[in-house]
Amino acid sequence: MHNKSVAELSKELESGKISSVELTQQFLDRLKSEDGKYNSFITISADQALAEAKAADEMRAAGKATAWTGVPFAHKDIFCTNGVRTTCGSKMLENFVPPYDATVTANFKAAGAVCLGKTNMDEFAMGSSNESSFFGAVTNPWGDKRVPGGSSGGSAAAVAARLVPAATGTDTGGSIRQPAALCGITGLKPTYGRVSRYGMIAFASSLDQGGPMARTAEDAALMMNVMAGFDPKDSTCIDREVPDYTATLNEPLKGLKIGLPKEYFSEQLSPAMEEQVRNAVREYEKLGATVKEVSLPNAKLAIAAYYVIAPAEASANLSRFDGARYGYRCENPKDLMDMYTRTRAEGFGNEVKRRILVGSYALSAGYFDAYYLKAQKVRRLIQQDFINAFKEVDVMMSPVSPSPAFVQGEKTTDPVTMYLEDVFTIAINLAGIPAMSVPAGFVNGLPVGLQIIGDYFSEARLLNAAHQFQQVTDWHQREPQ
Amino acid sequence: MQWDIVIGLEIHVQLATKTKIFSGSSTAFGAEPNTQANAVDLAMPGTLPVPNEQAFRYAVMFGLATNSEIGRRSVFERKNYFYPDLPKGYQTTQLEQPIVGPGHVDIDLSDGSTKRVRIHHAHLEEDAGKSLHEDYHGMSGIDLNRAGTPLIEVVTEPDMNSAEEAVAFAKKLHSLVTSLGICDGDMSQGSMRFDVNISLKPKGSDTLGTRTETKNLNSFRFMEQAIAHEVERQMDILEDGGEIIQETRLYNGDRDESRSMRSKEEANDYRYFPCPDLLPVEIDDSFIEEARARLPELPDARRARFKEQYGLNDYDAGILSADAKLAGFFEETVEHGKDAKLASNWVQGEFSARLNAEEKSVADAPITGAQLGALVTRIADNTLSSSGAKKVFEALWTGENDDVDAIIDAKGLKQVSDTGALEAMVDEVLAGMPDQVAQFQGEEDPKKRKKMLGGFMGPLMKASKGQGNPKLFNEILLRKLGG
Amino acid sequence: MSISREDIEKVAVLARIKVDDEQVSALEKDLGNILDLVDQLSAADTEAVEPMAHPLDAVQRLRADEVTETNQREAFQAIAPATEDGLYLVPKVIE
Repeated sequence: MHNKSVAELSKELESGKISSVELTQQFLDRLKSEDGKYNSFITISADQALAEAKAADEMRAAGKATAWTGVPFAHKDIFCTNGVRTTCGSKMLENFVPPYDATVTANFKAAGAVCLGKTNMDEFAMGSSNESSFFGAVTNPWGDKRVPGGSSGGSAAAVAARLVPAATGTDTGGSIRQPAALCGITGLKPTYGRVSRYGMIAFASSLDQGGPMARTAEDAALMMNVMAGFDPKDSTCIDREVPDYTATLNEPLKGLKIGLPKEYFSEQLSPAMEEQVRNAVREYEKLGATVKEVSLPNAKLAIAAYYVIAPAEASANLSRFDGARYGYRCENPKDLMDMYTRTRAEGFGNEVKRRILVGSYALSAGYFDAYYLKAQKVRRLIQQDFINAFKEVDVMMSPVSPSPAFVQGEKTTDPVTMYLEDVFTIAINLAGIPAMSVPAGFVNGLPVGLQIIGDYFSEARLLNAAHQFQQVTDWHQREPQ
Repeated sequence: MQWDIVIGLEIHVQLATKTKIFSGSSTAFGAEPNTQANAVDLAMPGTLPVPNEQAFRYAVMFGLATNSEIGRRSVFERKNYFYPDLPKGYQTTQLEQPIVGPGHVDIDLSDGSTKRVRIHHAHLEEDAGKSLHEDYHGMSGIDLNRAGTPLIEVVTEPDMNSAEEAVAFAKKLHSLVTSLGICDGDMSQGSMRFDVNISLKPKGSDTLGTRTETKNLNSFRFMEQAIAHEVERQMDILEDGGEIIQETRLYNGDRDESRSMRSKEEANDYRYFPCPDLLPVEIDDSFIEEARARLPELPDARRARFKEQYGLNDYDAGILSADAKLAGFFEETVEHGKDAKLASNWVQGEFSARLNAEEKSVADAPITGAQLGALVTRIADNTLSSSGAKKVFEALWTGENDDVDAIIDAKGLKQVSDTGALEAMVDEVLAGMPDQVAQFQGEEDPKKRKKMLGGFMGPLMKASKGQGNPKLFNEILLRKLGG
Repeated sequence: MSISREDIEKVAVLARIKVDDEQVSALEKDLGNILDLVDQLSAADTEAVEPMAHPLDAVQRLRADEVTETNQREAFQAIAPATEDGLYLVPKVIE
């Protein structure tokens, strides 16, 4: 059962061959015996999962089943889950059990899905290797001592290792796409505002977006059917009709105009990686697509703009972790200042502290214009590049990461080395457009991802393009040893 | 040296919305601690703000009532600082693009002149919670019920030059926001709080001096005292050749003292930036017109109408029109009491005195305007003497009985106005007092005559068992005595 | 661009994060590298470019003024570090 997709499990449950309780128990058993190798989960919520499975079976018996009813999955530990510990990968929230659900959490519950637990992640989603987690690094199922990418590294590793068929992720600068690429699975970062951010612990509010991580584009579409939609509790969520993302998966790709941004096929990309990406593009040509080169002249400034805007927003977003109302508080604070400064020094890891300090600095008197305001202007230039490019093409394709999964510890000495991991993904978040990572080959036995970038609210088209690719390739079916 | 005083005000006005500015939690005052502080107000991880439409409507109404520009596009920013009553570690407020732009308010001064005070802008923001300083094992207690209550902060230009002007402006603003119904105006509960910026400059100079800010004054009286105190403090320093330090000061009204609140070495750097959880708010014409349609009669217009409609003098009209609730009470009294002048006297006199004595607001008064009106009617038609009217008022106020006529009957307060019966009583009393009658008739001095006339009233009231109409007794006496 | 020790110490106070001397030295290097990366921005010509705060040109939706929340103090205070009489307790606040 563990090798089946969400769509397949849904059919098994529907046929009555297996109950959700049985299925959930199988997955829980496998999770408990296997995850020691990966550390992909921070919390396994077995009791709640079995209760949800029982309720799902009753829901099915009552004739109210959806495609998700009784299907196991996992949440990135950034989505608040009522009654289940939600840590965001941080010591600050090591014992935090929220008495409320994120909207995404509530949506999966309403559909009858069964959440097995909470997946590991970089602390507060700040990282590209999952090494900044307070709960330890995650191992990529494709290679011993290799990172799974980040920040949604736990979700990616768990899906790749067949511990769950699907998991939620969040993407602020590449945190769904890069781990999906490094673990050989399918991930989608939706248009900013497509998925509610309520109850999803904020890193950078104007960039964060939740999205699906699964093995197939079809499963990602099934997840989007549950995740996407207007939420009155999120002011930045867009009130716009949600299509059935599975309905258009089989549209033919004949005539699809693909753009290859020349800036994304630069010297940062290894020849072996480039070859895999170009092979994938050739598959699309076989499916009837046309290909042309496009340009994103300001894309090279994306990392610089991002590392002002994201830390600036984060510096304020993380001020609420002050030891006063929830979460970690230092031992025996001698006064208020001591409580604040020690709680935050002890509760946050180094990368989080670096970003809070950079962000505070960029916003401080005398630097605001040179850093924050300038970055916001560059952000508009970057967005304009995409708007212009989409006048010529339907989608763009590129690599997701400059190299496949690297070895743990390789990029932790200088934070900037790690930041460059997101060189092909970050501009997409600044523009707020959707993009996917689709398995597209291997280099040295490690998965390579193809990035498919779309215009605003074109998730259905991206999923369609990914699904058609997966009908003629089997990269997404490969299983790590 | 002679000094000019320069004063600007920042006024926090709590808006009387049902819910908080960014969450659906109730803003009702007086609830148990933290029972109105929910996930958003507590800044629980992942929670997000959604702004309250009514707060914007009220802010626009305020803008319209103060001749101000309305910010068609306003933007919330984050003001970053750590404090236990500020759960997010930043206050969501407006800075560059506020909801209300420049405007003005005219104030009346005691010398009969009026003065225009310019409003720089007014912005929407969230209130903080409260730190309770009682000792909890050496710790402070935090109540976040107030956190997120909507405020507008009104910032004036430094257009006021005396405590009188500043207080007149503050009172005018209080009168405006309560008349608009956008604030309950209850200063004892912090519904309006004043920060006063004060500086001195040599008389006639164009250059402004260094200013100080005295924070969180919550009564007109403290405001007046704090200004006097600060002006004197600055004057002393300047006349000794010293310099004023730009700082925030805290005034203690009970001791008439102030002290610096300036934190030691750490200068504040609030790192404002646009709040990425909120989008720009656009106010269109229809929203403004809808707000305009909701504007009630404002105090200046009401004052003019009271003079015109009820024939009140300017002073009475001014007092009765300033407070919307008092004005409403007065109009209800007139409606049931016919005689506007008498109604005005009773509302400003007995009624207001009683409220003050018991520290009650108009809304808490145990009697209605209709009841007071009924009382006024009985005074006007001579059923009640003034002393009888006071007895009826007392019975109404204490809740002994809620019907004026029933009280009059029960207490036998109805005056006898039957002239035949009264005349008979006068004849009888005068017959028994021949010496006094002779003395009166021989007296030339009108003052003494008036006093002597009073000497007959006692026996007359006694003869009528206190129910004779004193006015009629007087008339009859004068006639009989040939006065 | 480099960042001075004094700037790091100042910003650490603003951000309420305790840093010791050794950490300041490490931060001097790390933050210096990050700011070098960020300094690429200065090369961009942003004359007459409007700052972009949000990916979508949407405007704020406003909520009706209706009470939707109920008292959940018990649930929230169950996860608080210190409470008494319904209050959150923190080290003494001195104004």
